Amino acid sequence: MTDTGADRAIPRPRGAAARLIGRKLALVGLVLIGLVVAGALFAPWIAPFDPNDQMFDGLTLEGAPMPPDGKFLLGTDLLGRDLLSRLLYGAQTSLIIGVVANGLALLIGTLVGITAGFFRGWIGAVLMRFTDLMMAFPALLLAISLAAIFQPSLWIVAMVIALVNWVQTARVIYTETTSLATRDFIAAERTLGASTSRILFRHILPHLIPTIIVWGTLGISTTVLLEATLSFLGVGVQPPTPSWGNIIFENQTYFQTAPWLVFIPGAAIILLALAFNLVGDALRDVLDPTQRGRD
Amino acid sequence: MAAYLIRRLIQSALILLGVSFITFFLLYVLPADPVRQIAGRSATAQTVENIREQLGLDKPFVVQYGRYLTGLLQGDMGRSYLQKTEVAELILSRLPATLLLMLGAIVCELVLGLSMGIAAALWRGRAVDQALMMTSFITVSAPQFVVSLLLLYVFAVRLGWFPIGGYGTFAHLVLPALTLGILGSGWYSRMMRSSMIDVLRADYIRTARAKGLGRARVVLRHALPNAILPVIAMIGIDIGIFMGGIVVVESVFGWPGIGQLAWQAIQRVDIPIIMGVTLVSAFAIVIGNLLADLIAPFIDPRITLR
Amino acid sequence: MQKLLASTALMLTLALPAAAQDYTPDPAAKPGGSITITYKDDVATLDPAIGYDWQNWSMIKSLYDGLMDYVPGTTELRPGLAETYEISPDGLVYTFKLRPGVKFHNGREMTAEDVKYSLDRVTNPETQSPGAGFFGAIAGFDAAGPDGLSGVEVVDPSTVRITLSRPDATFLHVMALNFASVVPKEAVEEAGPDFGKKPVGTGAFKLAEWTLGQRLVFEKNADYWRDGVPFLDSVVFEVGQEPVVALLRLQNGEVDVPGDGIPPAKFMEVMGDPAQAERVVQGGQLHTGYITLNVTIPPFDKLEVRKAVNMAINKDRITQIINGRAVPANQPLPPSMPGYTEGYAGYAFDPDGAKALLAEAGLADGFETDLYAMNTDPNPRIAQAIQQDLAAVGITVNILSLAQANVIEAGGAGTAPMIWSGGMAWIADFPDPSNFYGPILGCAGAGEGGWNWSKFCDETLDAKAIEADSMFDPAKSADRLKLWSDVYMGVMVQAPWVPVFNEERYTMKSERMGGEDALYVDPVSIPVNYDYVWVKQ
Repeated sequence: MTDTGADRAIPRPRGAAARLIGRKLALVGLVLIGLVVAGALFAPWIAPFDPNDQMFDGLTLEGAPMPPDGKFLLGTDLLGRDLLSRLLYGAQTSLIIGVVANGLALLIGTLVGITAGFFRGWIGAVLMRFTDLMMAFPALLLAISLAAIFQPSLWIVAMVIALVNWVQTARVIYTETTSLATRDFIAAERTLGASTSRILFRHILPHLIPTIIVWGTLGISTTVLLEATLSFLGVGVQPPTPSWGNIIFENQTYFQTAPWLVFIPGAAIILLALAFNLVGDALRDVLDPTQRGRD
Repeated sequence: MAAYLIRRLIQSALILLGVSFITFFLLYVLPADPVRQIAGRSATAQTVENIREQLGLDKPFVVQYGRYLTGLLQGDMGRSYLQKTEVAELILSRLPATLLLMLGAIVCELVLGLSMGIAAALWRGRAVDQALMMTSFITVSAPQFVVSLLLLYVFAVRLGWFPIGGYGTFAHLVLPALTLGILGSGWYSRMMRSSMIDVLRADYIRTARAKGLGRARVVLRHALPNAILPVIAMIGIDIGIFMGGIVVVESVFGWPGIGQLAWQAIQRVDIPIIMGVTLVSAFAIVIGNLLADLIAPFIDPRITLR
Repeated sequence: MQKLLASTALMLTLALPAAAQDYTPDPAAKPGGSITITYKDDVATLDPAIGYDWQNWSMIKSLYDGLMDYVPGTTELRPGLAETYEISPDGLVYTFKLRPGVKFHNGREMTAEDVKYSLDRVTNPETQSPGAGFFGAIAGFDAAGPDGLSGVEVVDPSTVRITLSRPDATFLHVMALNFASVVPKEAVEEAGPDFGKKPVGTGAFKLAEWTLGQRLVFEKNADYWRDGVPFLDSVVFEVGQEPVVALLRLQNGEVDVPGDGIPPAKFMEVMGDPAQAERVVQGGQLHTGYITLNVTIPPFDKLEVRKAVNMAINKDRITQIINGRAVPANQPLPPSMPGYTEGYAGYAFDPDGAKALLAEAGLADGFETDLYAMNTDPNPRIAQAIQQDLAAVGITVNILSLAQANVIEAGGAGTAPMIWSGGMAWIADFPDPSNFYGPILGCAGAGEGGWNWSKFCDETLDAKAIEADSMFDPAKSADRLKLWSDVYMGVMVQAPWVPVFNEERYTMKSERMGGEDALYVDPVSIPVNYDYVWVKQ
């Protein structure tokens, strides 16, 4: 295997000026994340309605949703529920999945990557061949099959996403661990008789932390997108729990006459994913010593 | 080189074997019974058992998988449970549509991504660069279904420039290809930008400039051919990402490719079709990765094939 | 020959209803032209023994014929490939005299051997026909296999005798099902499992072209045995077309009938525009959407609880959610089905009454349960409306919105306490009340894997149902329908279902389409009876 694959995810260093903008963009990202987190946390207080209340006056007599107006700021969905309230509660879903699923994926990926990279031998070979195998899976097909097997719930969806998403992390951590393990200072520690666990926890892991943080942040973006896609296909988070993806799934048939029902949650998904990408990218510039100052 | 190739081919075959095993196993434990789908709602218990026996679905997992694999090695992907047609025929009849979409998507992402990347590199650090790089961030953050619906709404429903989904003419291809192209262009533009910056700094470009050649000429005739190579290698990897995403785009645009075939089969547990599409996709991904790796040394001489 | 005459003399010869023979196609109809029909889902197969989908049902009707048929646009039986038939006085022996000179699309003349071959084939387990169960009354069905049905005999090349093991009042309907279509042995054997892609029948149309996943073209069978039909030279089916796209193309004049109907988002626009609304044909459908309550899972084993759930559901609201394209239901049978009980009020919407009943059952504080639903729109939405209605009376419902196959699995296994039937709901196979009972409410379907998801089994009602189905004599038809009405009222007393609504059909057609409205909401040939419609220019 060569490293062309990793190139796609790790862009080359950018100029000092660009890096500054990167930071500025990172700030934008942080603000966006802050807003979503605040919206999710304070949803019970700021949401104008119960997100699951199918209001009688939330639908026209013919069963059409209400457009945005003074009462329903973003209009209502096809069951007469307030869209704004559902979006706020939907942020909870996205964040929970983002954090839990991605945390799990990161954990699996790091464990596999370190084990394979540090111990090499047959364990390493088996683990990395398995990682290659997972890379060859059409991810979405796999996720759909898994979601169908374990009858979906919030936690199951998180688990499915983790099972699909750990692969990238594993490969990056593996590459880094192998290169660390052959460095002089590790060799020196070894000759000094340091234990394996000491080398792992005192020397290898700290060096990997920046990578883990960067991948953790970027991964949330992927996770949010995958959750939305699964929910959009109807195999994600179960109703009536709002998720930005299933809001679009439920209202899709009306996207021509009531486009706000599709494009407002769509914009929310994009903004959140964008925010984590911006922050993750800036973090990479700041944290990753190998990427710094090569411009 | 030959030894490397042989080793990689064996590896690829093993990967496909693994994919087939895992998928088959997942479908085996799925809490849905394909026999019920075949037997229909009025079937007697006897009919159901008969069908189960005929399809060998009463056998233990190992036997079922063994049979499937034996068939596969003889080039037989089995017959669809519900359509009774050969899976290979069903996939082959839909593959052209998927390949056409893939081709369209790759053209779109190259045109968009490369031009964005070149522009950003030439005006590095300026507003154009920042705007383009921001755009590339947005495109990698957008889910396919949102972009598909947005393009449909704007260009098909509102403006009426393109048909609202369907298949057959060039006009039908534009929006689905553009959806995938826009989403992929973000990666290409960033790759192209950094590659171009590296090349522009190289000695021979400076020499060319010093000789008094025009900027446009230098960029187009000298820098571009060199900068574009590493980007081209990415197409192989792109196939994998593409294969993962066709289910959504094909279903939103009603594109008659293998993604739709798979989605309909998943709904009704038509296991031979699901297996077939998964394996064909995995095959495309493996080949794509292999090609990318094989091209790599031609682009960057520091890389050797081990 | 003498013997045969002697025995026929003993038979009860039944005259066919006069109207049935007199159906005259539209006198203004002009032959020629081609129409375009669209569907979203692909056509899986055109093998009449296998096809059981929304989109291929009417296609198969036009490619093949069975011994019996329906008067276009109605639920009335008329003879098809059989010219006449006789039923023995005990109702066990049916003798069909075949129409002479009927040719398959391959040019060969159809004979009694073909009829026997076709019935043997559909009941042979190797064919894996989802319709095999309909032929259960034919003698020898239980031993059906490669040797064929002992109850189907070829008397002479134009006579088939079918012996039943029990009287079956619906048997002529069964002979009109797609599954009973007559197919030529040599074509089936030549194509093998691919017969579904290379169909050969005796029908009004034959398959001319099939591009998998894209389009099918049917062309007129010039040798069709019914004089004067079909009118159209060809019918083009385009598959993979979203309903919204199909409707826009109809408005553009590119499509004549969108097979999947008018999509919800466009419904109001179309109905609000008189020029377009005029081209929409509305009709009833032999369909009921219902919630099954599993009587083996507590607390649904308590009658009060099942009644309470029936009273808690706001059917008007659910109808509103689907843009009023249905009428609220109060019993299992749809209103257009013979045997429907007029004047029955059902369980009225009464949340307070429901709460009182729950308290009576000792569940004043409510309970928690699961509702399964199929994961395609609008079913998850309807499930959520049901959830809200039940929450109002104290029942906490968790929704499991799953792929069709998973819901059917849970329903069959009896692990699902409640199922919303949408997307898998019962649409009658033939217009007779018995079709709504056996597999979905009778004891036969209540076993492991059966479609009776309530696992409701009342032996008294089952006995009544069997009695009704043995009343084969058309003279007693009214008594029979009364008996069926009693059966369904008996079901409602025990409330294993919440009948929610009966879907209405709205078929939209292009301006150039001709033929009476009934052909566009044909209860049997859904959505359109291709054989009798025609184009104006």
